[in-house]
Amino acid sequence: MPLRAKVASSVSRTAAALSRAAGRGDGSVIGGWIGLKIDPELLAHLAAGRAIALISGTNGKTTTTRLATAAVGVLGKVATNSFGANMPTGHTSALAKAGSTPYAVLEVDEHYLAQVLDATDAHVVALLNLSRDQLDRAREVAMMAQLWRAALIRHPELRVIANADDPMVVWAASPPTNHDQRITPPQVVWFSAGQRWHDDSWVCPECGSTIARQDNQWWCTGCPLRRPQPQWSVEDDGVIDPTGAWHKVQLQLPGTVNLGNAATALAVAAEFGVRPVDAVLQLGSVTSIAGRYAQVERDGRLIRLLLAKNPASWLEAFDMADEAPTLLSINARDPDGLDTSWLFDVDFSPLRGRQVLITGDRAFDLAVRLDVNNVPFQHVRTFTEAIQSVPPGRLEVIANYTAFQDIRAELDRVL
Amino acid sequence: MFSDSLRIVWVYPDLLSTYGDRGNALILASRAQRRGYPVEVLEVRSDQPLPATADLYLVGGGEDGPQALGAQRLIADGGLHRAVARGSVVFGVCAGYQLLGTSFFAKGTKYAGLELLDLSSDRGPTRAIGELAGNIDPRLGLPPLSGFENHGGRTHLGPGVSPLAQVTAGIGNDTRTEGAWRGKLLGTYSHGPALARNPALADLLLRWAVGVNQLPPLDDTWSDLLRAERHAAAAAARS
Ligand SMILES: [Zn+2]
Repeated sequence: MPLRAKVASSVSRTAAALSRAAGRGDGSVIGGWIGLKIDPELLAHLAAGRAIALISGTNGKTTTTRLATAAVGVLGKVATNSFGANMPTGHTSALAKAGSTPYAVLEVDEHYLAQVLDATDAHVVALLNLSRDQLDRAREVAMMAQLWRAALIRHPELRVIANADDPMVVWAASPPTNHDQRITPPQVVWFSAGQRWHDDSWVCPECGSTIARQDNQWWCTGCPLRRPQPQWSVEDDGVIDPTGAWHKVQLQLPGTVNLGNAATALAVAAEFGVRPVDAVLQLGSVTSIAGRYAQVERDGRLIRLLLAKNPASWLEAFDMADEAPTLLSINARDPDGLDTSWLFDVDFSPLRGRQVLITGDRAFDLAVRLDVNNVPFQHVRTFTEAIQSVPPGRLEVIANYTAFQDIRAELDRVL
Repeated sequence: MFSDSLRIVWVYPDLLSTYGDRGNALILASRAQRRGYPVEVLEVRSDQPLPATADLYLVGGGEDGPQALGAQRLIADGGLHRAVARGSVVFGVCAGYQLLGTSFFAKGTKYAGLELLDLSSDRGPTRAIGELAGNIDPRLGLPPLSGFENHGGRTHLGPGVSPLAQVTAGIGNDTRTEGAWRGKLLGTYSHGPALARNPALADLLLRWAVGVNQLPPLDDTWSDLLRAERHAAAAAARS
């Protein structure tokens, strides 16, 4: 590593430690920010010599990164950005903090995938899904797919692990039909993890025709784009690998969506040579991810935290949550997006029959939505009031980003 | 025209649907059903013919490409024009509002609109994102408009339409007026589920569709609380 990079890396680690000591966050961003100021090439220097996997998509990337890190851990030390700091500053901090490791598994914000691919020369990238996130900040879904596609074409050596169930992802990972002979398309391994959310992929990104669906298949009615045959898929409570062997997966994380994330993690680990039989044993060691899925006991209530930040992830959260009293909390601060319109894209009817409480800065938006959805609810002002309003036993909490952080803070930063 | 059930058509949800546009259909259906009117909501995709005999048509928001495509298909189909000629109600939001006019800009190109409203749209200097509020045309007899806007367009009204509201917060058409209406056609930049914050506007559309001057009141406690909160937020942002 050049001297400038060494200095930058050392300063980056020190700044992160200082930031933590001063109680200003967990240091996962500030250290990288300072390091990149001193040496803009720092991320590339820190990445050199490591076998790196990147995990990107709208939903599930933090969880999949944790699972893949555990799975690759069979081979040796793995650097990862476990705090969900998923932009280049966060990657820089994570690699500087980890010191020298043979492997790294990094969660990447979908907007930064091209930049991080260029900087890290990663070996493997996993593309999970693309759906609407926050309209007043994010670009349209099809444009994101276009950016991914352009980035992948620049990295012909890259191994791509991509979701066969998401037409936008399949298109992004497939070479252009009129492709230049000099361009070698990336090699793609397809996985199927099931997908509940279809509203952002009715129109073919290649030709604009309608995408038709039947059972778990989909195909474009106007061009050859269709669901590829997946090599990895979920069946019952396990994962089928490319040889056809079925592996039982015992997770401490709820929901079928996490079984899909486990399949993706096994596919990533396999690219580094980890056998699924060995990798699968590691997945059960993952309990909670930056507070997500964490369980905390308070006054006889067993509270579980679920993060849902866009319509697709709300559908998954309802599937994960037990049939128990449920607190929903909605904010619309900058990190959440200022627009609450998406509430009407979520069908809350699975919550009928459960005791539903609502809170957060934008509880009234949610109240109007639930009223139209015929879901009875009770409005509470504080988290303490919520706890007192439910009987002892399980309380599920589903919240969007800053609302989730607020509740975590109330529960003293559960991990 | 309203016969055995109230028929609401959501026009081209495959093209014209951004965040929460579905909400307007859900709110209208819910408010009609709570008054005892049977309701049918039809989602008509852009590869299907648009029925001309429904009572109320919803045209939602969309990105540039789908907006241009949606307008072309609606012009070619002709169903919406026939419906308007029969006296149906049309509610357009964002891109769906713009394409009811004579022309609009998408991806830097000028496109022909449906010419159902006397207005034209072009690009503004900035993207309008945030709270939108305004005093609604007194002839409509509604409380102030509350909404969230997210659009890059500016809309110029001709003499054949009236502004829906005079802006008190946000941009709307051009920082002075917001939306437009003529007869039973009404458009707004209040994005997505505009009717969630404006139940009285939802009821106006229902009254037009059903052909009555009054509807039994509903319990709007939560909408009222939401409106009060958002009007306060809009006022705070303005000062
Ligand atoms: Zn196609």
